[in-house]
Amino acid sequence: MNKIIEIVETIDTAKVYSELSDAKSGGICVFVGAVREFTKNEEVVALEFETYETMALKEMGKIADAAMRKWSLNKVVMKHVVGEKGVEEPVVVVGASSAHRDACFEACRFLIDTLKETVPIWKKEKFKNKTVWVSAHP
Amino acid sequence: MNVLFFGIAKDIVGSSQITISKGEAIPNSVADLKRLLLDSYPEFLKLKSLAIAVNSEYAADDVSLNGNEEIAIIPPVSGG
Repeated sequence: MNKIIEIVETIDTAKVYSELSDAKSGGICVFVGAVREFTKNEEVVALEFETYETMALKEMGKIADAAMRKWSLNKVVMKHVVGEKGVEEPVVVVGASSAHRDACFEACRFLIDTLKETVPIWKKEKFKNKTVWVSAHP
Repeated sequence: MNVLFFGIAKDIVGSSQITISKGEAIPNSVADLKRLLLDSYPEFLKLKSLAIAVNSEYAADDVSLNGNEEIAIIPPVSGG
């Protein structure tokens, strides 16, 4: 299995290394997205994620396949959480392994950038006195 | 026809799912469905974008509908 695509309750960042590690890979690159404490100087209490899971998994699979066509990769991992997450908790992880570092660095950037553009996942920012769906309005 | 709503779309409509039964006027294309939605819930006009998925694939306006699909209303995504 050279591709792991999941919607999960929690992300175990240590596990991702073993999932990407591979005898043919001299390079492993991982991006982890986490909950930041402040948005435009306002304190964030938590982020809440929801997804259209069947479609999200399909779209993430397409992104992983596109990356594997574009670069010579041995393994690709893409995971995103659902539910409520507090400050510093990981919410997304993408990673790739390849023989040399250029391919996995470039692929990793592509994986997260494209995930943010197309995968049906929605994030609500919870502040002390209000909640806001991120990016909903212009 | 089952229509699923997510994120802010769910808040606008006040429900995560609406069933349009066969007796009612079933929209016959994605464009038609969007029109119906915007007429019924003008709040959708304020969103940055509005996409429609048919059977869990993004669908262009000219895709036709027969009423047996699973439709999802996709407001601007914000994963990551």
